[in-house]
Amino acid sequence: MKALRNLFDNIKPHVQKGAKFEKLHSTYDALETLFFVPNTTNKNGVHLRDAVDLKRTMAIVVMALVPALLFGIWNTGYQHFLALGQDASFWEMIGHGALKVLPIVIVSYGVGLGIEFMFAQIRGHEVQEGFLVSGMLIPLVLPVDIPLWMVAVATAFAVVIGKEVFGGTGMNIWNPALVARAFLFFAYPSMMSGDKVWVSGLAKGEGVVDGFSGATALGDAASGNMAKFAEGGAFDLWHSFVGMIPGSIGETSTLAILIGAIILIYTGIGSWKIMASVFAGGYVMGLLFNLWGANELMQVDALHHLLLGGFAFGAVFMATDPVSATRTEKGKWIYGFLIGFLAVMVRVFNPAYPEGVMLAILLMNTFAPLIDHYVVQGNIKRRLKRAKVAA
Amino acid sequence: MSEVIKIKRGLDIQLAGKADNVFGQAELPDLYAVKPTDFHGLVPKMAAKVGDKVKAGTVLFFDKYRPEIKFVSPVSGELAMVNRGERRKILEVVVKADGSDDKEQFGAANPADLSKEQIVEKLQAAGLWPFIRKRPYDVIANANETPKAFFISGFDSAPLAPDMDFVLSGQESALQAGIEVIKRLCDNVHVGVPNSAASKAFRNLQGVTVHSFEGPHPAGNVGVQIHHTLPINKGEVVWVTQPQELIAIGKLFSEGVYDANRIVVLAGSEVEKKGYYRTKVGASIAPLVKDNVKTDDKLRYVSGNVLTGTQVDADGYLGAYHSQVTVIPEGDYYEFMGWAMPGLGKFSASRSFFSWMCKKKEYRLDANMHGGLRSFVVSGQYDQVLPMDILPEFLFRAILVEDIDKMEQLGIYELAEEDVALCEFVCTSKQPLQATLRKGIDLMIKELS
Repeated sequence: MKALRNLFDNIKPHVQKGAKFEKLHSTYDALETLFFVPNTTNKNGVHLRDAVDLKRTMAIVVMALVPALLFGIWNTGYQHFLALGQDASFWEMIGHGALKVLPIVIVSYGVGLGIEFMFAQIRGHEVQEGFLVSGMLIPLVLPVDIPLWMVAVATAFAVVIGKEVFGGTGMNIWNPALVARAFLFFAYPSMMSGDKVWVSGLAKGEGVVDGFSGATALGDAASGNMAKFAEGGAFDLWHSFVGMIPGSIGETSTLAILIGAIILIYTGIGSWKIMASVFAGGYVMGLLFNLWGANELMQVDALHHLLLGGFAFGAVFMATDPVSATRTEKGKWIYGFLIGFLAVMVRVFNPAYPEGVMLAILLMNTFAPLIDHYVVQGNIKRRLKRAKVAA
Repeated sequence: MSEVIKIKRGLDIQLAGKADNVFGQAELPDLYAVKPTDFHGLVPKMAAKVGDKVKAGTVLFFDKYRPEIKFVSPVSGELAMVNRGERRKILEVVVKADGSDDKEQFGAANPADLSKEQIVEKLQAAGLWPFIRKRPYDVIANANETPKAFFISGFDSAPLAPDMDFVLSGQESALQAGIEVIKRLCDNVHVGVPNSAASKAFRNLQGVTVHSFEGPHPAGNVGVQIHHTLPINKGEVVWVTQPQELIAIGKLFSEGVYDANRIVVLAGSEVEKKGYYRTKVGASIAPLVKDNVKTDDKLRYVSGNVLTGTQVDADGYLGAYHSQVTVIPEGDYYEFMGWAMPGLGKFSASRSFFSWMCKKKEYRLDANMHGGLRSFVVSGQYDQVLPMDILPEFLFRAILVEDIDKMEQLGIYELAEEDVALCEFVCTSKQPLQATLRKGIDLMIKELS
């Protein structure tokens, strides 16, 4: 520890302003602050500061994502061997999953952080920690058979167009991880939909045991295949909740996501208001569709809707991104409710692709400033009214 | 008894080093300073020269743009030096006491016999006017304005703050004398008291409206109390003063002299003999802290509390409005992987450190920033600690883009730095919010005057 500190102290003079490697200051700073919380003290204003900082905040979100990641790794292996019709031990499943999933994580972090460092360098800023979370979110919302180069291209697009053009962390309009997913969704739809991409090996045409379909639950429902939704079927409430179903890497297990949600809510880092209202919105829309019941997707139980697809993952990890969400407390209720409502609506009405969480969140990201605007106007009006009452 | 106003949002920082209600003994210092930087927006012009003999109450300097506002020496002695900063800005006007107790005589008077103008004139002549401040803006009051109320917060809820009941015990009549004076300036006098304490001195005052408050800091901030009782709308002004300043105002009329005496609390985890000390406005803190602090760490001396106070040297001076001196560790160390550690001994308003598992009663906290400056990322944090119907983040954004209309609409008139100090404390992105607010206020003053 001491040696490391000395190493940093030795390098420091060479990357200061005016020194030979001045250009590398951001990189140096990012590494130094990674290992050591800096010795800066408060000068003006408060003399004490809360111990929490952005690194801590982001680290906790990443921690909250770990259950979903671990389950995703296991489920990748589980689905793979299920498709092949082979028996495999727990560790074989984990091994297969890890081989598939970890490279995606590594590519996402490598490309994203590389670009972040570059931009910080060019701007002469400190490297901000936002991507620590995005880098983990991106792999978890992709299908497991996605080619790695696509992950790289999408990550680069998300960081540059989704974030840096707006000014970096804290300035972006849309959730960068969803921008990455949306980019792939529209640029390479064949790799992001259908019933081949969700289970590793299927896209390459590896053998499939009779009767196995790699379609997601929503895909099956859209094509009218409702048998699996019944009690005891592959997509019954229990399986959907635990997550032993095909889908994007981290989205399938509502259980693992709930563990993350508890961490986020308990630490106060994720907004429980947004999470609760997304689920409420989805449930209400689901109930309305149940009443209507015009096709099979509409007949999916409202509660079941909340467990399928990316709904829970979107509600807990995507909608709650504080930068792209509404920033007023009242706004959070409206924002969350509309995300849930629209997600199920798009899911049911979209003829090409039976999922709507991503689009609902991106749409509400766009409207979040508008919602905030009205909440702020409400506050202003209250203040003006007070003046008139007094006068 | 009036209704109790419950403040729900806020935060009590459990800082170690609270002083017991005892008086400590310390000699009065030789050096005293009046610091123009304590008064926002003041451009000082010297009235005395280095080497001049002064008495307690002799004018040292005045406001260049409002020459009737004068700043006086707290003690008799000699003007020893004028410490200047960049571009010869006057930072400290230092008086060396000669030990005698010579005082300028302003003449005792019954405030009931004087007109408002005469009272203002007397307060200004004796250098007490700067202790009457106004909201909005938290600057020295303008005698030409008519305030809608006079507001005094009867308690201080900041970390390690003095217990006003203890400070004021035995001074009830002086307090009432002060009330009689300010009632001549504005008949509508309000006092905020804590529901939990006796606050006899305040509850027994004649001719004032008493409001009880309950809840965490910043319930004791006068701005918060005003917001919940007579909120300031555009064009309205409320004057404020602090209890010990009110006593000085009372004594000017009952005894005819400038009374610089103050009782300050000396607190903080690094102080050996914590307690209350009798000293004077602008006194050097050296006699209080010399041989009275733990010496193994680098220390930070703060005149005032840890949220809003001013950093001073170990031989620095007490700020004009302060009745507290706090000593905490400086904390200029590198912490290995600090952001990743469980953080059992760390204090955070969030539950992101494991300190929630073993809640300590008191934390020994230092002045380390615990991170670097970042953009606004986390939302809703400020709302948790600002108990007003104000959207702080949107106000700060309006200030940063210098949108005067928005600043006004979003309630900048109701805020002073002390009100947003807790926002600054909890801010994950380590934003300098008090400085930002002051920048906005300065802009408002410049554009609207």
